[in-house]
Amino acid sequence: MGASQSGPVHMFQDLAYKTGFSIEQIKNLHNRFIYLTQAEDTLRREHLENVSDLALNPIRRQIIEAFFDKRNMGEKEKGCLQEIGFEEFVTVLSFFRPPKPHTVDEEMKNIKKEKLRFLFNMHDTDNDGIITLDEYRRVVEELLSSYEIMGAETAKAITDAAMLEVASVTVGQMGPDEFYEGITFEQFMQILKDVEIETKMNIHFWNLDTRTVQCGK
Amino acid sequence: VPASYAGVYNTYPLIFPGLQSVMELKMFLLVLGLLVGTGSPDMGSSQGKCSESLVQGPQTQENRTHTTHSKKPFPVLSFGYDYVRLPFEISLWVLLASLMKLGFHLMPRLSSIVPESCLLIVVGLLVGGLIKLVGEAPPVLESNIFFLYLLPPIILDAGYFLPIRQFTENLGTILMFAVVGTLWNAFFVGGLLYGVCQLEGHRLVTVDLLSCLLFGSIISAVDPVAVLAVFEEIHINELLHILVFGESLLNDAVTVVLYHLFEEFSSVGTITVTDVLLGIVCFLVVSLGGIVVGAIYGILAAFTSRFTSHTRVIEPLFVFLYSYMAYLSAEVFHLSGIMALIACGAVMRPYVEANISHKSHTTIKYFLKMWSSVSDTLIFIFLGVSTVAGPHEWNWIFVVATLIFCLVARVLGVVGLTFVINKFRIVKLTSKDQFIIAYGGLRGAIAFSLVYLLNTDHFPKRNMFLTAIITVIFFTVFVQGMTIRPLVDLLAVKKKQETKRSINEEIHTQFLDHLLTGIEDICGHYGHHHWKDKLNRFNKKYVKKCLIAGERSKEPQLIAFYHKMEMKQAIELVESGGGSKLPSAMPSTVSMQNIQPKKPPQDRALPQLSKAREEEIRKILRTNLQRTRQRLRSYNRHTLIADPYEDGWNEILIKRKKMKELEKKMNNYLTVPAPPPDSPTIARARLASDPQAWGLKSATESIPSIKVDLASPQSPESVNIVDEIGMKGSQPKVSEEGGGLTMKVPSPTKPRKDQTTDEDNDKEPQQRLMRCLSDPGPAAEEEDEDEPFLH
Repeated sequence: MGASQSGPVHMFQDLAYKTGFSIEQIKNLHNRFIYLTQAEDTLRREHLENVSDLALNPIRRQIIEAFFDKRNMGEKEKGCLQEIGFEEFVTVLSFFRPPKPHTVDEEMKNIKKEKLRFLFNMHDTDNDGIITLDEYRRVVEELLSSYEIMGAETAKAITDAAMLEVASVTVGQMGPDEFYEGITFEQFMQILKDVEIETKMNIHFWNLDTRTVQCGK
Repeated sequence: VPASYAGVYNTYPLIFPGLQSVMELKMFLLVLGLLVGTGSPDMGSSQGKCSESLVQGPQTQENRTHTTHSKKPFPVLSFGYDYVRLPFEISLWVLLASLMKLGFHLMPRLSSIVPESCLLIVVGLLVGGLIKLVGEAPPVLESNIFFLYLLPPIILDAGYFLPIRQFTENLGTILMFAVVGTLWNAFFVGGLLYGVCQLEGHRLVTVDLLSCLLFGSIISAVDPVAVLAVFEEIHINELLHILVFGESLLNDAVTVVLYHLFEEFSSVGTITVTDVLLGIVCFLVVSLGGIVVGAIYGILAAFTSRFTSHTRVIEPLFVFLYSYMAYLSAEVFHLSGIMALIACGAVMRPYVEANISHKSHTTIKYFLKMWSSVSDTLIFIFLGVSTVAGPHEWNWIFVVATLIFCLVARVLGVVGLTFVINKFRIVKLTSKDQFIIAYGGLRGAIAFSLVYLLNTDHFPKRNMFLTAIITVIFFTVFVQGMTIRPLVDLLAVKKKQETKRSINEEIHTQFLDHLLTGIEDICGHYGHHHWKDKLNRFNKKYVKKCLIAGERSKEPQLIAFYHKMEMKQAIELVESGGGSKLPSAMPSTVSMQNIQPKKPPQDRALPQLSKAREEEIRKILRTNLQRTRQRLRSYNRHTLIADPYEDGWNEILIKRKKMKELEKKMNNYLTVPAPPPDSPTIARARLASDPQAWGLKSATESIPSIKVDLASPQSPESVNIVDEIGMKGSQPKVSEEGGGLTMKVPSPTKPRKDQTTDEDNDKEPQQRLMRCLSDPGPAAEEEDEDEPFLH
């Protein structure tokens, strides 16, 4: 490899080290990145909106926002970016990497926490660290938005039930005058501890050829 | 069993320690003896015949000699056993099986050590022995009866309640174990046995390779009946359960093909390459054909259930009949009947459940469980009886070799396959998992029946095969079945989570599905989630519209789940005595007011109450509640719950609308507006956390929720109390329907926006009032509910 190529290769290696993907996977993701951005340098929201299959997804807005959310980039900042580079793209996707075999329990717990944090950030749109009733209701409404019948009542009822459940499970005893602000991250982790996030929230980053569609598992 | 009885029952062992089990043992032996005595068929019928002829003999003679003469004496009591013989015997056997089952569960110590299947086989052995002692030939488990009548209920039960999600997630693994694992087992055992036979010499050298392979293929298949029987009791985690169980179901196709293949060719004697290729094609045809047949019948059943809204009573019948037809149709073409049955059950279930009434659903569930339980019991008992009956040929070397090879093959197969499979799985199978999978490979009655079907002409050593198979079955069921439970505990294998599925988990499962599909789309990766999503969309767009009646075809899964949960909670609430006890689901005191966004504090003018006034109010409240409870008691628990999807729902809605109108009119006279209708959750939460504040659910059009008509303190009279306090002088308005407390939905008279300040005003003082006058209410006069009418 010549000097001209050592730049990207070096960057790939850094990324591979940082995110845990293999070099092969990083290369494939890079190809995909270039495909999505139509060979521009940075990815913007419009590029993601152009993905045709995504149009049918009821929560596409939140998925797209997640790519531009600063909280997912590993920094302590809050807020949104307008465009992201390849590094951020891979960082966000690394949340969906399956854990390597022979991962110890401690490591697994961390991975689970990170994935749950990603989900939490998706729900907590105003960046205040709590999922309020309204935010949760919006989540439920989006989930049901692909169906024709949908009174606002239904979403409200379901959200109420869900919040009540969270409060009952996590806080337990509350006086009649106390007010439950919303779901904090610890409570979020607690109610979802039985859903095995570390094994469910993964996709196989195999055949990512962008030109030919491959049916990998 | 009501708590009281259980308590008394449990003290018996303390008083008479050894006596209880001994007494029961004696009792059952007695019953056993009686049943066997009367059930000994030939003996009974031959005696009957004799006595009949004896009784009627003189009469006929009389008739012949005195033809013109008199009438013969009228037979007051005669014995005609032949007429009812067959149904009588069948019923007797089923009765025996059920009594045995009953017996085992009365002996808790025994049933916790020994799995039921073992006990049943022992009973079968005893019964068989008794019959043989009497001198009769014990009945054998005929393959016909087994395959046509005893096996289908068990498989249908398993298929209908198959957890689809876990099954499809692990489908690759299951198929690997079922197909490759069974093939490996068959050839390993068959081949090695052939080697042993050749080596052994004189008696066994006649067994040729094909016979050995056939035997190997029969014995290598893990049996679903045995697996279900044992695994049901150890409550192992879902992954392992679905792996072993799924394997036992899917290996049927392999077994069928291998069986027919070797059976055909053992008469010819040789196999060519084309035969092997044809065998592979046959395998594909058998398995896919079975699935297709099952799916067709499943769709037919779903379509039929769309129109059953007027004849609810026969709904379960359609489910059973279509499934059975699927099984029989597949068997006609020698396709895999088991796979047809599974496919039929799995395909029809989501659509049928959306169409049928709740009672039909319960009926189906209980009938399936009942039939499969009876079948299961009968199979094991007959296995025991057949062991006593069947022609045996014991050959030490063959039997021991078979046993060892089976175990070794299973272990090697599982370990080898897991090594390959783990490369493709996210959740790897640990060595503990592998051990349980290998150990859980139980053989059962299917293998026995298949050997029994063998033709003795082609297979002179059939009896030896039979003996060997029975030995292996006994070993796996007894030794492995008994020791698997302590081993599971010893190895600390994860057990099944008993947690109820919460709505948060459901929301997030759906959310995750969409999220992962989205990420896959962004990555351009057409994986697992992408195709699942496409299938779901296809299902929603076309299939559901055809197969589900009415509005429910458009109902999203989340809402369906929510309804189910609501229904369960409503039923729980009613069963727990109408809210006087807290439902166990929500032991906390969190209620909806804790969650609703805070409103700015209002100036609450709660007037001071004098003692006398308080007493008066307390008395009024108590009488109200009393009247409500009396009315409640006159309700039948069946009318209390309206099935939202049954007829008459529209009438209820119309009635409710009328009541709303009346309420509106009445509220015009009140100055304090009633609080707005709450969402069902709020109402129930209030019901749960505030024992005396009983709410009503509003009738929203989109959620047909369960309306439990209970009294509301926001009914006219209590509102008037507050009114009285607040503004003295206004007359309490008598309710328009007169006489006693009526159930009304408090409805807003002003638009919701304007009420935000007032509603709080009204709600708060009322609730404060409730709390000050915390009267426990009338003494608990309600009768306890006995058994819940739904599990």
